[in-house]
Amino acid sequence: MSELSVRHLLGIKYLSRQDLDLIFETADHFKEVLSRSIKKVPSLRDITIANIFFENSTRTKLSFELAEKRLSADVINFSAAQSSVRKGETLIDTVNNILSMKVDMVVMRHPNPGAGIFLSKHVKASIVNAGDGAHEHPTQALLDSYSIREKLGGVGGKKVVIVGDILHSRVALSNIFALQLQGAEVRVCGPKTLIPKYVESLGVRVEPNLRKALEWCDVANMLRIQNERMDMSYFPTTREYTRQFGINKPLLDSLDKDIVIMHPGPINRGVEITSDVADSSQSIILNQVENGVAIRMAVIYLLASKIK
Amino acid sequence: MSQKVLLSSKEIHIILHRLACQLLERHLDFSDSVLIGLQPRGTFLARRLLELLETDYKVTGIPFGLLDITFYRDDFRRGDKTLAASSTHIDFLVEGKRVVLIDDVLFTGRSIRAALTALQSFGRPREIELLTLIDRRFSRHLPIQPDYRGRQVDAIGGERVKVCWKENEGEDAVYLISDKA
Repeated sequence: MSELSVRHLLGIKYLSRQDLDLIFETADHFKEVLSRSIKKVPSLRDITIANIFFENSTRTKLSFELAEKRLSADVINFSAAQSSVRKGETLIDTVNNILSMKVDMVVMRHPNPGAGIFLSKHVKASIVNAGDGAHEHPTQALLDSYSIREKLGGVGGKKVVIVGDILHSRVALSNIFALQLQGAEVRVCGPKTLIPKYVESLGVRVEPNLRKALEWCDVANMLRIQNERMDMSYFPTTREYTRQFGINKPLLDSLDKDIVIMHPGPINRGVEITSDVADSSQSIILNQVENGVAIRMAVIYLLASKIK
Repeated sequence: MSQKVLLSSKEIHIILHRLACQLLERHLDFSDSVLIGLQPRGTFLARRLLELLETDYKVTGIPFGLLDITFYRDDFRRGDKTLAASSTHIDFLVEGKRVVLIDDVLFTGRSIRAALTALQSFGRPREIELLTLIDRRFSRHLPIQPDYRGRQVDAIGGERVKVCWKENEGEDAVYLISDKA
């Protein structure tokens, strides 16, 4: 297999196991490129990519932009805050206007679930979903799996617990799909109000006790409480959340093994994770960010090679 | 499909020794020189030459690297297939060094063009030379010629040159393959 089965990256749900392996192998090569003194390859010289962000992002946007530039693509950036979207333009019109300037690929973040899928049916360009509401964030899940693979040698057979706000998290859903596709076992842990009602139908067990979850797992992926998506109170106070679902050094040290700590960022230090854990040797949080560029280069390279 | 032997195992053996000697003649103790094999097929030849230089000619410690040129190729998106990459292992800087690029067959010269660009990411070499086992004459698309060549071959467009190595295909041999019956 040397080709992706899809033309767009809309979600992990639409990828096969072979696709994941191909993306990881390609990312290995780009990681080596990124270790050179000149970290740039000319592959995408004749490709133009638009980064369209209808929602705030620092890390993902920077990571995508850097990946695109390292591949020598031309890049244009667009944030909804300064655009005609405010004047009432529809999504399809906005994107078609951008595409009429001869753009080949669109990287889009949007607050509505399914925005990327909708767009892929109406425009010609290749679409990369950089997060659509609480639905999927495929490149994050890819870089998470890639980082686990790098740290533990593989993902198959590993036990991963995702802790925190599962309900509002696109990272959680994409991770569940990606991990299960590679044969890992996934559990989720968090306040009952922040666990989706039917999560068990995905083959994911709910573990309400953080200590038990950590004792069970090899990897703990700590998610941020997404206050901006909360339309009501899901737990009494942040302090109570931290006491029950926050990870700290004494808790980590009391386990009889060294588990790997991950976090998709941005971190709320002292809420879901304390500083000493986030900065400990068990944490691979910064490796995740580093790997993000290589993974995004791989995804863009593989999708761009299908643009004719 | 018909195939003709261009080089036998014995001829390859002799040519490898000659190429090793020619390298020695120009690079002496290789104190400033590095060998770089092109992925994927040039790496067998490069390893053989390195081995010969070390065992038969007692030159040790030559920096040796493998270079993948996939991301530098000029036919990205021009074929039906996604170009699959191989790994690059160059754990030294080529800045100020005399580089010998090694590949099995020199055909259009496009791979070498890509390799020259790729190599720039590792510094500015003092000079770059090219060594190939087979030089397909009259088929160049670019003004690129080898400095060391094993054998010059006249092959027409539809014919293919296949280089086999003991460690990969089970025998040392070079074949000229023609798809026409």
